[in-house]
Amino acid sequence: MGEPVISLRGVRAELGSRPVLRGIDLTVHRGEVVALLGANGSGKSTAIRTIIGQVPVSEGEIELFGTDRARFRDWRRVGYVPQRTTAAGGVPATVTEIVTSGRLSRTRFGLLRKADHAAVRHALELVGMADRAKDSVNALSGGQHQRVLIARALAAEPELLIMDEPMAGVDLASQQVLADTLSRQVAEGTTVLLVLHELGPLEPLIDRAVVLRDGCVQHDGPPPRALGQHALPGHDHVHPHEPLHTGLLS
Amino acid sequence: MDFLNYAFMQRALLAAVLVGITAPAVGIYLVMRRQALMGDGIGHVAMTGVGLGFLLNTSPVWMATGVSVLGAILMELIRWYGKTRGDIALAMLFYGGMAGGVMFINLAPTGSNANLTSYLFGSLSTVSQSDVTAICLLAAFVVVVTLGLRRQLFAVSQDEEFARVTGLPVRALNLLTAVTAAVTVTVAMRVVGLLLVSALMVVPVAAAQQLSRSFTATFVIAVAIGVSVTIGGTVTSYYQNVPPGATIVLLTIGAFIALTALATPLARRRARAAAAARPAGDPVECVIPATRGAADEVGV
Repeated sequence: MGEPVISLRGVRAELGSRPVLRGIDLTVHRGEVVALLGANGSGKSTAIRTIIGQVPVSEGEIELFGTDRARFRDWRRVGYVPQRTTAAGGVPATVTEIVTSGRLSRTRFGLLRKADHAAVRHALELVGMADRAKDSVNALSGGQHQRVLIARALAAEPELLIMDEPMAGVDLASQQVLADTLSRQVAEGTTVLLVLHELGPLEPLIDRAVVLRDGCVQHDGPPPRALGQHALPGHDHVHPHEPLHTGLLS
Repeated sequence: MDFLNYAFMQRALLAAVLVGITAPAVGIYLVMRRQALMGDGIGHVAMTGVGLGFLLNTSPVWMATGVSVLGAILMELIRWYGKTRGDIALAMLFYGGMAGGVMFINLAPTGSNANLTSYLFGSLSTVSQSDVTAICLLAAFVVVVTLGLRRQLFAVSQDEEFARVTGLPVRALNLLTAVTAAVTVTVAMRVVGLLLVSALMVVPVAAAQQLSRSFTATFVIAVAIGVSVTIGGTVTSYYQNVPPGATIVLLTIGAFIALTALATPLARRRARAAAAARPAGDPVECVIPATRGAADEVGV
């Protein structure tokens, strides 16, 4: 097993005054693909967001590539796909413009060289969006938005990919494209930590699943197999009886 | 073109062009961050600076710059640390700034509300040589920031959370945006006035969006609209003897309406062009498959 790329020890975090993470231990080794699973409100997204420094940690330690997170500066090694349903902002932007912002960690003062333009093109080819490079992101479907967000993370050619629900709101065809993209990255040695609501087409890629419940690690081991109708292709995982969770944790 | 013979009109036009460039150049980042009304808030705070300028007998432009930069930094800090009721804190800042301006200018021996009016709504004939110098320096700062750091500011304004993971100094860039917006407000203060400056930051961007598909095009079109309406408004106000600030803002809104009307047929033509560019085998109309497959998205 490779050296640890992400390591959380006894991490606690609060949102407002509510404890969301209550002592999480999580290690992701080089080359591993780890899925973070759990119900809405279990703390999956918060765990991811403590790793990237978006949510402050009240207790515990986080290391990235063996460096304390607060002192970690080598962000070009990390590609991040935040939980979004859209890549669009308040002003129109093309697919290339959005993906280029992912390359900034590899540039000096934001100046793009030939290699940077090539990397952006390559990232778009990886997600099958090269033909839409000049289109406005406003004209894309949900699955295409997600592909743009993933291309943005891949533009920096990262060693570690952190993804928060990359399959949310993505149709099956796009899910398959994303799964293929990801499997190529994994084959090249990229380490992946991703939050998922269900394993879906990514299932064959996942080495290990960590299941959170109420801010604690409930399971850390082989991914749970989908059973019964959950295992059928095209199963739409909807829980009408479940109360709607909104806000930071949804 | 006889107005070009007057020194005050030369100064006014130069100031107008600089406002037309800088206000949309900063405004595009504010619109991206969905802080379109931030310019309005800074404008209120800047009134205290104008009042202080009169009271202390120093340049109201530089004083307003100092106070509005402090105000903008304070607003950004409230955004970071204000867990609850950030809007209340902002409201206090806005109205405190306005009340401070009225109070200080009435305390000043040379000041009256009449002086304040020229700052609130803009007045071309009172733009002095020292105002023009100040406006040129401040506008140069705004252009250097908004163009030089456009990729970084785009990334931070587009997706702050993602920008943090690219290692960009997100807080420093947010502060820089706020400070640049504050500087722009004081650049525009003499021409369009503090109460109308926000319109010139937001409306040209909104108008440009009707036509553009990319950030770069939005930026260029917004600045082009900004420069056209500020020059147009300044010249109109010379001939018709109407207030320049109000003329410029009404022209900007007119441009927005005209471009919105133009945008619908343009979008239709683009859609037709895209349909024509499709490969022959790719049907334009929807086709319902004869049989259902396992890949169909139907809940089982």
